[in-house]
Amino acid sequence: MSKVDSAVLARVVRAHEPEILADWIQGQASVRRPGALQEVEQRRVSRELLGAVSESLQSNGDTGGHDWLAVREILDGFSTQRALEGYSPVETATFVFSLKEPVFARLRKEVSDPQQLATAMWAASRVIDGLGLHTTEAFQKTREEVIARQQRELLELSTPVVELWDGILALPLIGTLDSNRTQVVMESLLEKIVEARAAIAIIDITGVPTVDTLVAQHLMKTVAAARLMGADCIISGIRPQIAQTIVHLGVDLSQVVTKSSLADAFVVALARTGARVEGRGAAIPASTTAGA
Amino acid sequence: MERIPILRMGRFLLVTIQVDMHDQLALTLQDDLTQRIVKDRAKGVLIDISSLDVVDSFIGRMISNIAGMSRVLDAQTVVVGMRPAVAITLVELGLDLAGVRTALNVEKGMALLQGATA
Repeated sequence: MSKVDSAVLARVVRAHEPEILADWIQGQASVRRPGALQEVEQRRVSRELLGAVSESLQSNGDTGGHDWLAVREILDGFSTQRALEGYSPVETATFVFSLKEPVFARLRKEVSDPQQLATAMWAASRVIDGLGLHTTEAFQKTREEVIARQQRELLELSTPVVELWDGILALPLIGTLDSNRTQVVMESLLEKIVEARAAIAIIDITGVPTVDTLVAQHLMKTVAAARLMGADCIISGIRPQIAQTIVHLGVDLSQVVTKSSLADAFVVALARTGARVEGRGAAIPASTTAGA
Repeated sequence: MERIPILRMGRFLLVTIQVDMHDQLALTLQDDLTQRIVKDRAKGVLIDISSLDVVDSFIGRMISNIAGMSRVLDAQTVVVGMRPAVAITLVELGLDLAGVRTALNVEKGMALLQGATA
């Protein structure tokens, strides 16, 4: 950033800080959301910010420099707060840009030499623009962090491992399987296999919209890893289109037991663990025999 | 020299790997185990790797090899207690230990051996 002569601006801001602050807060009324708490908060931030700006202006007008660290920190805190409260970027940036009007007005009043006035205005413009851009950037960063966190949470939420029966786990997959997700799925399934001492895991792909070679490979990897742990896998919920796709792609699923529905897979799993489901008429509930 | 103990349980041999496997140790184990299978006329080998938390391709191949050698000597091999992280690593390395039986823990592994050699 080229050097801009900010001496005049620094002098005017320092000398008339209270007036500028009063004008600024006045001007903010139009863009502020209703609420007493926000008003108090915004006044506090405005006062702190203007104080810090005035302080930093005494050294130079380079908002990216070391002397402006305190100002940037205040702005970071403010933007983060705004982003989390759901304000728009425009509302957040307008807060900073609304400082222009009172500063310009004050400069016009105090500086009579047109040459000096132009220089001071340019300096003020540079400073406030710099701060405004920094606000937007900080705002954006916070929003991105929120999105990243939500993605992570979604990833964990979308891969539940449920215990269907003693030693039988089910893993209903919903949504597209990519490498990241496979990793999470595989880890949570294997952890659960150890925890539940499961002998059989049913991977249900009813909710997986498409199966391509990559997804099939991910599935095979999961099955292979489960086998290494000593658990068998059954893949269920293969829809007709997916069966066609798998064959057309030449994916070899011959090493894996596949069933069309979760119910079929469950019956197979029960049979392997030595359990059996019978109709009500045939089966004698344990409670009646115990009572007799 | 450091050695991995091989215990005999009836017709089966039990190997519990509790130290970090380095290459020499793995080779010694292969040697010892094949000799013990012949000497004890073992029908099954159970390898417990539940305390192993690092594997590389060499160890993976060694396990495969042990299984192959045991089969030639008429003994079944069951690998038990593999940790999730180890399983994922082996799969990512492309080693699926085809031909090696696996079980979740020693108890299930023993049941499997008993069933297989009955």
